[in-house]
Amino acid sequence: MSQSNPVKAREHLKPPVTEVGVLGWIHQNLFNNWFNSLLTLLALYGLFVTIPPMFKWAFVDSLWFSGPEACREIDGACWSIIPSNARFIFLGFYPEDQQWRPLIAMILLFVLVFYTQNRKSWNRALFPIWVCGLFVMGWLMHGGLGLPVVETAKWSGLPLTLILALFGMVGAYPLGVLLALGRRSKLPVIHSLSVVYIELIRGVPLISMLFMSSIMFPLFLPEGVTFDKVLRAQVAIILFTAAYIAEVVRGGLQAIPKGQYEAADSLGLKYGQAMRLIILPQALKIVIPPSVGILISAFKDTSLVVIIALYDVLKTTKVTLSNPEWMGYSSEAYLFLAVLYFIFCYAMSSYSRKLEKALHTGH
Amino acid sequence: MDDKKNGQAPSTTDRPIIEIIGMHKWYGEFHVLSDINLKVQEKERIVICGPSGSGKSTLIRCINRLEEHQRGRIIVDGIELTNDVKNIEKVRAEVGMVFQHFNLFPHLTIVENLTLGPIWVRKMPRKEAEEAAMKYLEKVKIAEQAKKFPGQLSGGQQQRVAIARSLCMSPRVMLFDEPTSALDPEMIKEVLDVMIDLAREGMTMLVVTHEMGFAKSVADRVMFMDEGQIVEENNPNDFFDNPQHERTKLFLSQIL
Amino acid sequence: MSSAVPFWRDPRKRAIVFQILVLLLVFSTVYVLFSNTQANLRRQSIATGFGFLKVESGFEIGESVIEYSSADTYGRALLVGALNTIKVSFIGIVLMIILGVFVGIARLSRNWLVSRLAGIFIEVMQNIPVLLQLFFWYAIFYEAFPAPRQALNPLPGIFLCNRGLIMAVPAKHPAHLPMLISLAVAALLWWLLARWAKKIQDRTGRIFPVVRTGLGLCLLFPALVWLAYGAPKAMDVPVLQGFNFGGGVTVSPEFSALLIGLVLYTSAFVAEIVRAGIQAVTRGQIEAAMSIGLRPGQVLHLVVLPQALRVIIPPLTSQMLNLTKNSSLAIAIGYADFVSVANTTINQTGQAIEGVALIMAVYLCFSLSTSAFMNWYNKKTALVER
Repeated sequence: MSQSNPVKAREHLKPPVTEVGVLGWIHQNLFNNWFNSLLTLLALYGLFVTIPPMFKWAFVDSLWFSGPEACREIDGACWSIIPSNARFIFLGFYPEDQQWRPLIAMILLFVLVFYTQNRKSWNRALFPIWVCGLFVMGWLMHGGLGLPVVETAKWSGLPLTLILALFGMVGAYPLGVLLALGRRSKLPVIHSLSVVYIELIRGVPLISMLFMSSIMFPLFLPEGVTFDKVLRAQVAIILFTAAYIAEVVRGGLQAIPKGQYEAADSLGLKYGQAMRLIILPQALKIVIPPSVGILISAFKDTSLVVIIALYDVLKTTKVTLSNPEWMGYSSEAYLFLAVLYFIFCYAMSSYSRKLEKALHTGH
Repeated sequence: MDDKKNGQAPSTTDRPIIEIIGMHKWYGEFHVLSDINLKVQEKERIVICGPSGSGKSTLIRCINRLEEHQRGRIIVDGIELTNDVKNIEKVRAEVGMVFQHFNLFPHLTIVENLTLGPIWVRKMPRKEAEEAAMKYLEKVKIAEQAKKFPGQLSGGQQQRVAIARSLCMSPRVMLFDEPTSALDPEMIKEVLDVMIDLAREGMTMLVVTHEMGFAKSVADRVMFMDEGQIVEENNPNDFFDNPQHERTKLFLSQIL
Repeated sequence: MSSAVPFWRDPRKRAIVFQILVLLLVFSTVYVLFSNTQANLRRQSIATGFGFLKVESGFEIGESVIEYSSADTYGRALLVGALNTIKVSFIGIVLMIILGVFVGIARLSRNWLVSRLAGIFIEVMQNIPVLLQLFFWYAIFYEAFPAPRQALNPLPGIFLCNRGLIMAVPAKHPAHLPMLISLAVAALLWWLLARWAKKIQDRTGRIFPVVRTGLGLCLLFPALVWLAYGAPKAMDVPVLQGFNFGGGVTVSPEFSALLIGLVLYTSAFVAEIVRAGIQAVTRGQIEAAMSIGLRPGQVLHLVVLPQALRVIIPPLTSQMLNLTKNSSLAIAIGYADFVSVANTTINQTGQAIEGVALIMAVYLCFSLSTSAFMNWYNKKTALVER
């Protein structure tokens, strides 16, 4: 039973027209069965009903650079609230003549971040570069050494948001790593202290930590010693974020195969050396993507300092809204802020996803 | 090793159990299967081989409608495969499939993996299903693992369970999609032995594989596919000793 | 030949010494903080201890599930706050799960438009701080919605104004309690039916339509009771009286804004969790199930869901906890949750330590019980491997 097809020159048949090209795409992705067709029609209807009126409100009938009186005449969005109050929203109470300093500090931060996101920059020089950068930013904001001092009570607006998030992360990371190592320790005291800390902090809302720091810390200190308000909030954010970093780093440590620990031991390395030279470099690399996630959360969480009356960019916006001239335009102001936060956070999370793929650690 | 013709000659008189007429399939613009014509008689054992990307897996996946064809006809046991859901279900109950990566259900025990189909599709009482399952587990020589979970078994054991799972549905045709490609070498034999037993008992089988020893010992026909077409088919002796086509000769020289 | 190892080289002894040092450090720090605190409290004449719980509070609370007035104690006020937290958390969790599952499945839809819209929802909601979202929705109520006299009336009996969402509800009627009881009875019957149907299936192989029958019972029983009481149709309809509405049920702007903000924010995370859970079930599993002849509904409930739920439940309980913790932001928009009431208490009594300790204790209760549940669930459903 043999059969050998003289292989016909393959007829150049085209696939059915409803399967390829634009029509094919539309057919398969939007209308391939009655249910999907129904969904598509519903979705299109929903969009049709909501998008045009919003567009009209936001772009057609809106004012962008007018004064408050002109805004009251129109039905559309009053985006002018932002440009008219931009200085205050972004820089808050920082003395006007010194406002170039937080501006430079923020630009420096963005340059540093941009430089760091390129993986080619990940070498030994990166750490000292960041340390210098942080010092310079601190000096610019605070003063001393030639610049007039501006006390932290005046730090507000976007610089405050960025500082709280950045230093929060920077301060929390070493503490988090220590806690993670502590939790994995076999010594009962260390292990228990770490577990208690981590579970306690992760179990309570950030706002209780902020309350604790703003109300309780003054009581902890001996008479006469005062604690800077911004510093209190910063400490609370650091303590809070450290617990979450600890869990993420613990995951990284667990992912390192036992063989690595054993190899380090058999070389005769002490605990500290093994961690520093072999385990932590690998573990921290693994946990970079989830760490960026924590940074994004920390950035969003800085908005909570509104509740303890610190003037981050959300609070400065709220203060602008309580100005009788600009009252009633909350939607515009909050939408603007939302876009601002969205751009920052979306950029960070896109980067994190890109990084995960590149490091082959996504799953 | 020539034990295929012991009175189990494929019947040529009845209607074929699988008939594929002028079948074409495209992935977007890519013409993955081109003018496939195939008749499979009951009790026939067919081995399909070819380079990767030749469409051999796609072909057998069309037979149980895991893939859809765009042109031509596929008729299984008298039922034509179209978008009609009832027909698809009927065909799937008659056609068993064994996958390259086993695809056992990890959250169920071995026995539960086997009884799932009979209970929910053939609506068998549990006891009856479990007895049948144990029978098939003994047949593939793995009865002692009945209460374990797939994650506790080796690759070869899992694949034998997968074969038993398909057999529990009493299919009329068994499709094998590279059943040993994901196994370590020492486990390939245990799975091939099961497949050889099955063939000897008269199961209609379509097997996509690179195991030429299996083809030589058990197959009634060997088909070579390349670039979506069936290039050559023959009985194993003539196929291996006397390939007609250039492409077949090239392929055989590369794998043998 | 065991030579005594000098204790500073013996790892076990070193470990003990190290731990003792750490303990000493911790204790001495605590002691210093403690004595400072005592001194400060004495200096500022702030009381200690929880005696304040029995003292009259003197402040009103905007909304409450139980009876409360300013003559009640701080203890009762805190209870009101706790109940408010539970109320918004419970409703929020239910809504967040429904919305999250819906959006998560939509994200996986083959329909490009639906999948993209779901994706946009997820990205936007996740990347905007929840507090900002709360402020936004609260502002919508106060600025966008008109006064009661010009309230929006999107559906008959439903009014939206800056006093909140005011709805018509069925008027109080003796039939309601029996209806609720009959629903419970129907649910119980459904459960019994499921057990019986399983036995029948084991014995004879026949499959009984449990879900359809159970749903039918749950609809039928209350309906019968309702008819038996004469089919009461009276509704408590809100009516404009002067400057405000009377009757009906008012959902305050604070509660509404809090609920909407929390649900929208957290459901975006739930959607990603649901999506990851469903994608965790490999295509091969679905193909194997289909090739045995299982129908799509059976594939879903026998093969896909059991595996997907294993991946979904642990992070889902984290999100439930997050919603509960985020409800503490109520203080920023004036909803009287536990943190809000505790804050007022602290301001009035000055007892910050007890107040903050209470806040932490309450939330710790929530989180520890959730962790315990998650650990139990993980152990129970872990896939058995070599």
